[in-house]
Amino acid sequence: MRKLIIAALLLLSPTVLLANTGGPALQSSNIDLHDQASLQRGAKYFVNYCMGCHSLQYMRYNRLAKDLGIDEVTLRENLLFGDAKPGDLMENAMRADDQLKWFGVVVPDLTLVTRWRSPDWVYTYLKSFYVDSTRPYGVNNLMFPLVAMPHGLSNLQGVQEPVFDHHQAGATPVVVGVKLVKEGLLSPKEYDNMVRDITAFLTYAGEPIQLERQRLGVYVLLFLGFLFILAYLMKKEFWKDIH
Amino acid sequence: MSAEKNENASWIDKRFPLTETWKAHLAEYYAPKNLNFWSFFGSLAILTLVIQIVTGIWLAMNYKPDAALAFASVEYIMRDVDWGWLIRYMHSTGASMFFIVIYLHMFRALLWGSYRKPRELLWILGVVIYLAMMATAFFGYLLPWGQMSYWGAQVIVNLFAAVPVVGDDLSVWVRGDYVISDVTLNRFFAFHFLLPFVLAALVFIHIVALHHVGSNNPDGIEIKDGPKGNRWSDKAPADGIPFHPYYTVKDFMGVVVFLALFSWIMFYAPTMGGIFLEAPNFQPANPMLTPPHIAPVWYFTPYYAMLRAVPPLWGSQFPGVVVMFGAILIFFVLPWLDRSPVKSIRYKGPIFKVALAIFAVSFVVLAWLGMQPASDLSTLLSQIFTVLYFAFFLLMPIYSSLDKTKPVPERVTA
Repeated sequence: MRKLIIAALLLLSPTVLLANTGGPALQSSNIDLHDQASLQRGAKYFVNYCMGCHSLQYMRYNRLAKDLGIDEVTLRENLLFGDAKPGDLMENAMRADDQLKWFGVVVPDLTLVTRWRSPDWVYTYLKSFYVDSTRPYGVNNLMFPLVAMPHGLSNLQGVQEPVFDHHQAGATPVVVGVKLVKEGLLSPKEYDNMVRDITAFLTYAGEPIQLERQRLGVYVLLFLGFLFILAYLMKKEFWKDIH
Repeated sequence: MSAEKNENASWIDKRFPLTETWKAHLAEYYAPKNLNFWSFFGSLAILTLVIQIVTGIWLAMNYKPDAALAFASVEYIMRDVDWGWLIRYMHSTGASMFFIVIYLHMFRALLWGSYRKPRELLWILGVVIYLAMMATAFFGYLLPWGQMSYWGAQVIVNLFAAVPVVGDDLSVWVRGDYVISDVTLNRFFAFHFLLPFVLAALVFIHIVALHHVGSNNPDGIEIKDGPKGNRWSDKAPADGIPFHPYYTVKDFMGVVVFLALFSWIMFYAPTMGGIFLEAPNFQPANPMLTPPHIAPVWYFTPYYAMLRAVPPLWGSQFPGVVVMFGAILIFFVLPWLDRSPVKSIRYKGPIFKVALAIFAVSFVVLAWLGMQPASDLSTLLSQIFTVLYFAFFLLMPIYSSLDKTKPVPERVTA
């Protein structure tokens, strides 16, 4: 109890809240949620490369299929694995206990990752792995220091090495960037496109309704605009004898 | 048809004062004819309360007040419930819009001196409504069970622990547990469901008080004290016009503009850049992981900034808690702090105008500071603006009596 109070008081005190700024610059993901092919590719990459560990536990397969224009046959053949059914949530089979054993953390669900991070963060993160022999899976990440995740796309992207800041002599070098030292199966441009597709898909999955609400908003605002004209004329008519 | 209707009406009127109520509060309630932009916010506040209650009930049909299910049930509403996303965004946008409307409504009262005699009780009832509203919002913010819900509630409930002697027990009593937990979520849900109806009752009393003393106006003149007799009645104030239809049609215009703004946010910026819906709240609550920066939602941040501005005394945060609650409770005594012979800012002198401007700026700056991670500079600024905030109230008896006022006209001006 006392600890909690101290923690709460510390939170309120100025010192603890200082460190929240800076960090590496985000790259613009340039996603286009209207590009259905990009979203479809993103879904394919996600299901094939990410979903072994990361679930989308609030997203249903058939909702995805409907929104991204994927027919049921394609859905069943390409996106549904094991005994998953179209109406299921996109969960996976990895148990939390195992996750802790294998990675030291519970693997985060990614349904809302672009909402609590941002699309640009996810895009930059997927491009910011670098080799680091001190880490259990041999990689670290510029956007997420000491990340527990292995680089699942490394055979596609290739090998990136850290770029150090050598300004201060004697100081521990700080990783300020990454550079590609060995190309993988994809060219850097192809890899960027792949990561963009994944980011676009995750941004869609974060809020499947977003394009629909933007479409509806126009009609609502047009209606209210029209209603305002009537409301204004009615007010003017009633008030014309008030001086 | 009409005769039949009248017959029905009189049947009811013999048993319930329907026509009488309609007349007393709408058709024959005489409001000053010079009400302007600032008087839209009363009716907009009622509208927003109704929106919150209706959308809230519909959300409750699918929401699960259970620590293991709450977060997922909100996403279920956003994805699987027909139009659930719209109801949820209405509710989340409505919460912030409610505070915007109320802050403008309160600022109007400061501009027009609507807290002055004979409206002291009306003002006090308003402050009670404001307190009930803040409690409702605080309880409600825990319900999505996101990281900010959880840690925000943790920080605020821990404030009770700063109360000397009984603090620890008090905070456990509020939470029902040693940390924010499923127990806390259940009771917060119960209170969040109950309080809006208490609010509705308070609003009813607020309006009863308003209609008893009569509406103030931009000139701060009592139309009831002026000449009598207008086109509708010999006994009504000459400068009054029937609320219905004049102000119903005018307020309707305001309602449409308000709904357009509301809809724009709902359809195009439901998170309002992370201000209405904070980004960390899209992560489920995790008692083991403290977010790097905890801040309450924007409408509480002025007070949060004040809390952080006050240095601890003997290792206790209690002085900060006192200042924070004091900043709200001081509104209660406002009617007796203002010694100016005039009510409205139109006839008040330069000192009051400057003081009110400084107060408004302080409130906005404190709101901004409360959202920022604390630094030495932001703490210093918070201290300065906290002092200015309180100076507006505490020095008012002095500056309002020193101020050079302008003569008040006999009748309302256009």
